[in-house]
Amino acid sequence: MSHFVELDNITLRYGGEDTGTVALEGATLRVARGEFVAVVGPSGCGKSTLMKALSGLWPVNAGTVIVAGREVARPLEIVGMAFQNATLLPWRTTLDNVMLPLEIVQPHRGRLRRHRAEYEARARDLLKLVGLAGFEQKFPWQLSGGMQQRASLCRALIHEPELLILDEPFGALDMFTREELWGVMQDLWMTKRPTVILVTHDLREAVYLADRVHVMSARPGRMVHARTVDLARPRTLEGTYTASFTAITQELREHISHARAAA
Amino acid sequence: MTDTTVARSAASARPAAAPTRKPWLASRRNLERALPWLVVIGLFLVWEVGVRAFSVPQFVLPAPSVIFESMWKWRVPILDNAWQTLFTTAVGFGIAIVFGLVTGVLIGSSSLIYNGLYPVLIGFNSIPKVAVVPILVIWFGIGTVPAIITAFLISFFPILVNVATGIATVEPELRDVLRALGARRRDIILKVGLPRAMPYFFASLKVAITVAFVGSIIAETVASNKGIGHLMMVASSRFDVPLVFAGLLVTALMGVAMYIVANIVERRMTGWATRGMDGGMSAPQG
Repeated sequence: MSHFVELDNITLRYGGEDTGTVALEGATLRVARGEFVAVVGPSGCGKSTLMKALSGLWPVNAGTVIVAGREVARPLEIVGMAFQNATLLPWRTTLDNVMLPLEIVQPHRGRLRRHRAEYEARARDLLKLVGLAGFEQKFPWQLSGGMQQRASLCRALIHEPELLILDEPFGALDMFTREELWGVMQDLWMTKRPTVILVTHDLREAVYLADRVHVMSARPGRMVHARTVDLARPRTLEGTYTASFTAITQELREHISHARAAA
Repeated sequence: MTDTTVARSAASARPAAAPTRKPWLASRRNLERALPWLVVIGLFLVWEVGVRAFSVPQFVLPAPSVIFESMWKWRVPILDNAWQTLFTTAVGFGIAIVFGLVTGVLIGSSSLIYNGLYPVLIGFNSIPKVAVVPILVIWFGIGTVPAIITAFLISFFPILVNVATGIATVEPELRDVLRALGARRRDIILKVGLPRAMPYFFASLKVAITVAFVGSIIAETVASNKGIGHLMMVASSRFDVPLVFAGLLVTALMGVAMYIVANIVERRMTGWATRGMDGGMSAPQG
């Protein structure tokens, strides 16, 4: 019961009982409050499915998902989520997009109208933190891909969720933008200290950001290895080329090769 | 359905025009603006010349000059009847907007309602509305009410289909953004479904307004004692062919005017979907 997030032996199937695809089988994951955990694995191993199970978007077929001591049956309000695509609403300005969760999640929903200025200031602060000051009134299509993804991170954080679920949020970006956003993400995490679960296929990203990296097997996915990353924070991009850093990525890479070979 | 494809093409992005104005660009824009007028004038000129050259009898095809003359001569009854038609069309169209929007949202957001209602609506839409008018006359008598109802019946369908399409085709990713926050179904429809359907809705308004005129004029021709349709019936029974054509012309003018209104409202409301599309209207339809 001590863990903030507990995924216990979960199985998740798409489609019918017999004919459907088994995406996850016996996946177990525990995350402490305030921890930053990354999940890596070969493509198609069910990483995104794991996030869907965790967020309550897809019900699991077997096993339990517990977040903050409650079993997850439907999406939770204490969760913020960012996806591979920025998925900003094109008819809203950046500021309004970031403020969207406040219109949904209680208690903000009820307070938003009367405390609008206060919330707007909060959104502006967040945007400033990710380097989007001055773009508040721009529409998503007026922003670059990297800027959209930053805004999407702000949207995931605006209601100060206790758990942040990141489903390959930097996957669609070029390398330079991606590396820049790692820094942004690290700063955000170090200032707000939410619990973060990040799914990625980029090992450098996982090791740069996470306290612990879990490796998943090929489909049906389950956890086959966990590696604690005890590098000092804040981590730097230069640091990703040091021997201790590459040793960890190398180790993870081998585990993934095993996982792929086993498939 | 042509209306949905038009909505798609309107929603797709185009690169914005360069901010620096080149002189040839300005003259091209002027040409674009003048082109519709030039086409109309050219059409009338060809028509006029053709009628004169082949000395077509007036009761077959009157020349534009004769039509305009007749228009001027009968301007008072034409305006009076045009007002009636505009009124019935606008009322029928207004009801169609409300009904189409509400039903469209219901059908688009629930597959249960979709499956139950859609076949019925398709069947209903296949009925020629002119065949319904006699029934409406039996129910409501001759006059304004059947015309309003016919305009409504003929114009709600494109609105409904487009709104339903817009809501039903919301990207699952966008829906997940709200679902992950624990949003209720109503929230998702209000925050994502409806705004997302707006470009479809406005595209359909442009189709619907033109067919609404068809509806009211059909009803006026069959059973009414006022309106442009009625005026044309009376004129044709007196072999006043120029006046019949004058009625057609006035109807076309009202249609274009309403179309422009719908277009302006659309641009105001859904600028995000037609970004970078400057100058001119999107392709007319209907």
